[in-house]
Amino acid sequence: MTRSSRRLVSFVAAATVATTLAACGGGDSGGGGGGGGGSEENEASDVGITEDTIKLGAHYPLTGVAAPGYSEIPTGVQAYFDFVNANGGVNGRQIEFTYRDDAYNPTNTSQIVNQLVLEDEVFAIMGGLGTPTHNAVTDFLNSEGVPDLFVASGSRLWDDPEEKPYTFGWQPDYEIEGKIIGQYVAENFPDAKVGLFLQGDDFGEDGAAGARQFLEDQIVEEQTYVPGNTDVRPQISALQAAGADLVLGFNVPSYTALSQLTALQLGYDPQWFYSNVGSDPALVGALLARFSEGQVSDASLLDGVLTTEYIPGVDTPDNPWTQLWQRAWEESGQEGELTNFRAYGMSQAYTMVQALQSAGQNPTRDDLVAAVEQAGSEWEGPGFAPFRYSEDKHAGYSGMLVSRITGTTAEDLTPVLVTDNGDAEIEELDREATTPPESGVPDEEPIN
Amino acid sequence: MREFINLTLGGVITGAVYAAFALALVLIWRSTRIVNFAQGAMGALTTFIALSLIESGQSYWVGLVVALLAGLVLGAVIERLVIRPVEGGPELNAVIVTLGLFIAIQALISVLFGVNQRAFVAPFSTIGFTVGDSNLALSPNTLFTLGAVLLVMAGLVALFRFTRVGLAMRASAFGQEVARLLGVRVGRMLTLGWALAAVVGSLAGMLIAAEVTFVAPTFMDSLIVFGFVAAVLGGLDSPIGAVVGGLLLGLALSYVRGYFSDTLTGMAALVILVVVLLVRPGGLFSTTQTRRA
Amino acid sequence: MSDLQTPASSPTAGAATSDAPSTATAASNASSAQAAGGRTFLPRNTLLRHLLVLVLCAVGAVVLLETTDLGFNAQVGYVAFYAIAAGGLTVLTGLNGQISLGHGALMAVGAYTTALLLDAEEPLPLVVVFLAAVALTSLVGAIVGVAAARLHGPYLAGATLALAVGLPGLALYYRSFLGGEQGLTVSSPDRPEWFTDVIRSLSGGSPSGVKWIAYISVACLLITYFLLANLMRSRVGRTWRAVRDQEVAAELAGIDLGRWRVLAFVVSAAAAGLAGAVLALVVRLTAPTGFTIVLSLSLLTAIVIGGLGSLLGALIGAALLVFLPRVLRDAGESLDMDAAQAAEISYVVYGVILVLVMLFAPAGLVGSIRLAWMKQRARRAAGGTTR
Repeated sequence: MTRSSRRLVSFVAAATVATTLAACGGGDSGGGGGGGGGSEENEASDVGITEDTIKLGAHYPLTGVAAPGYSEIPTGVQAYFDFVNANGGVNGRQIEFTYRDDAYNPTNTSQIVNQLVLEDEVFAIMGGLGTPTHNAVTDFLNSEGVPDLFVASGSRLWDDPEEKPYTFGWQPDYEIEGKIIGQYVAENFPDAKVGLFLQGDDFGEDGAAGARQFLEDQIVEEQTYVPGNTDVRPQISALQAAGADLVLGFNVPSYTALSQLTALQLGYDPQWFYSNVGSDPALVGALLARFSEGQVSDASLLDGVLTTEYIPGVDTPDNPWTQLWQRAWEESGQEGELTNFRAYGMSQAYTMVQALQSAGQNPTRDDLVAAVEQAGSEWEGPGFAPFRYSEDKHAGYSGMLVSRITGTTAEDLTPVLVTDNGDAEIEELDREATTPPESGVPDEEPIN
Repeated sequence: MREFINLTLGGVITGAVYAAFALALVLIWRSTRIVNFAQGAMGALTTFIALSLIESGQSYWVGLVVALLAGLVLGAVIERLVIRPVEGGPELNAVIVTLGLFIAIQALISVLFGVNQRAFVAPFSTIGFTVGDSNLALSPNTLFTLGAVLLVMAGLVALFRFTRVGLAMRASAFGQEVARLLGVRVGRMLTLGWALAAVVGSLAGMLIAAEVTFVAPTFMDSLIVFGFVAAVLGGLDSPIGAVVGGLLLGLALSYVRGYFSDTLTGMAALVILVVVLLVRPGGLFSTTQTRRA
Repeated sequence: MSDLQTPASSPTAGAATSDAPSTATAASNASSAQAAGGRTFLPRNTLLRHLLVLVLCAVGAVVLLETTDLGFNAQVGYVAFYAIAAGGLTVLTGLNGQISLGHGALMAVGAYTTALLLDAEEPLPLVVVFLAAVALTSLVGAIVGVAAARLHGPYLAGATLALAVGLPGLALYYRSFLGGEQGLTVSSPDRPEWFTDVIRSLSGGSPSGVKWIAYISVACLLITYFLLANLMRSRVGRTWRAVRDQEVAAELAGIDLGRWRVLAFVVSAAAAGLAGAVLALVVRLTAPTGFTIVLSLSLLTAIVIGGLGSLLGALIGAALLVFLPRVLRDAGESLDMDAAQAAEISYVVYGVILVLVMLFAPAGLVGSIRLAWMKQRARRAAGGTTR
């Protein structure tokens, strides 16, 4: 809010230039994108939309135990919206992005989301972070008819079009990730004794359930940690005692680093396989790097660790999407480096812009929901796999690929694998890798 | 068997960490009869100051000395500025002041150093000693942690038992009027108590940071609870009690985590504490009968 | 300050030799002194007086909820559950002198009971659900109280702190029943026809779910405070004060200290249970992350900042918990900080404010104002200008 309004003047100036450029370039942008060249006039078509602005809201843990890392996501979202605004916004409207701190406490989340909806009167909520936190507000948002797009959590709770018609997931849910990991391990390590290292919530639970579809006979031990308990010696000791020689970790990045160091301490050296959430080689590598200067002799502890990926990150600096994020980040002028958390935020912001464009020039809240349901599965964005959106499916990305970390980058081991919940088959995706449009701003046709 | 040994060793280390924190609480309790909820945040602040120095190329030991000095100053300043006016007032007011400090200092750390996690490299190797073909959960650095905790405990016992200053500090805490009549400069003793406690708290922060490995502004949070429980378990008045309470708690929680579930950690701490307090309402090492009226 | 103590309004308090009641004590007892001797337009009979205040407050609440927007209505629910729990804690800590850092856990008991009961196929009436939440929490409170009655000061603080950390862990351990980390969602109770009709005739608009929950919260708050206020002014309340201030004397007067301490715990647990039930409705979710130690400490902060021993103080403290961080954050944002900076800075300022209030208004906001007012009155009385 503050940031965007402060910069509004410069945006408008920049927007004028951008529009002129677009016009000179031949005006190949359709009705949806660019500088708002539709035939109709912009109207204040619903709550949170004016002739020249769209108001979006979000909640993140900016303070407290969950703040490390996650507090960077909204800065990425903001940076990409700044970028879009500077290029003319969506249908000539500037995106105003208001996000607030919930300290990862559902009581606070419900309080600030009430405020965003009832007082700030946002058009939609996007990228609400966390399972317990966001779980507190889906009922309210759905009863008020507020679009609740692209929840930043891989829980399966968001895919419930019957009960929660306004809520949509975004990232691949933990169950399909567990399935893809499980199948890969079963095929490539058929003799491995598998141990599970799980975060004690839906993340660990769903991931384990997915993996068990393929590994039931191979799993020898399951250990759970509660976030906040920083001593994982008991868990790692138990995995070691059970003789697990391949450990699947459904955990957050700091516990990747912690489990690596604890295993080193105990002289335990299994093959590690971390889910996408916990791998982030750049972050974990940076955390572990200081140890390599000290007593940890092996320079890159993470070398050879297996993981999964579904959007490009900073470990692939040559990827055109990463380059776009880099450009948007630099132009936004915020402090700090581009990180995978910020790349995640930008990817979400990109999808959000696609949704707004698809919803048409003067959308209502229901138009936005219809746009995601009807057009969402066709959008091409940073994700390796398409979204699963439809009228009876509100789940996000349909798949990912398995990769091996080498140094601070990763090497792909499989093509992109797509699947769905339950016992749906895992298949290879038949699609070329996507690249961002020249302008860096998507250009989706409106659905109506 | 190896798992049992590792859980035991792990428990001792975690216990030592609880004990380090508990010692600082005991010191403040002995000198001012206040439970300092800001202890964790104060220790975190000085640890972050040290970490910034270490990251800029200074050695761990320079960082440690700076952390301890920063603690000394911080403790003395806080006592003079905000604790002195509420000393002797309603018990709860002091509690709220320390809670306010806790919130403010923790947020201040985020403002100064950012919310993200940073690696804290231990001064000695954290690789476990090798026995046969496997490693124990006991490393040179854990020996350093244990040794430091025991040294501080011994130092505190000696201070309170054998020195005039220690005696004066105890007198100031128990009966200010009497102490004053006996010529003790009570104000100075109270400031000294807080300053010393903050030094111990800073040391605890440095030891804990090396054990938890990755530090964020909230890294002492879980320690506040378990450190406090350890101190109460031992009897808030006794440095030896703090260490015994810390080790007991650390061991018990390590077994619970290893053999039952991480989710029961808090419940286990509750059960242990309640059982002990029902038998000995003043903690394991309580010496004085509760004063009445 | 001892001259401000209530004169022998009860035999037990009269038996006490009032040597050093704290400032907060004086403040908390002051209102009964005022009721006993001051000029007042309110009825002398305590019950009648409280009934009158209750009706006035109810009318005031309806006016408040109907003249403010939905955004404010929504915030009222949060103030209500904090205030209910803080009211219970006022009895325990303010009147009976026992500290509890574990009331957040007791709220969790009430909240989870509510969530589970409302989740049934054919949910029981809301009143029954709330009463069940109160009953179960009272039971837990009784068990905790029996243990707590033996403990003093920091030992009690430590035990209740462990309770605050331990109990929510059970929701993770029994996750198939209690929902684990992601919690249990709370189905909003249907609003009855008559409520829609009443609101329509009052303000013309049709009420939303938010408004219905706001009215339930306020009703619970008023009922709780009415009951607590009567209890505090009764023989029971006076006995609790005696147990707090004059342990030995009270014991000599034949009071079984342990039993009264347990009773105080049960009463405050009942309030915490109701607060938890209201929280469940307002937040629409009960999850372990909602009942961290922060909640318990916030409640304690509310009663001390507001003015220990006073229900009005507890209410003001609860309102501060809800509105102060928000005001500070908005101030930060208007100073051109981003959301993260504003959140961090607001906590720094919030912490500093807590410290400053304790330094400059040690009896809390209500207590300090009351003390200042009484001092002035005493001065006037000494000057012979009164009556």
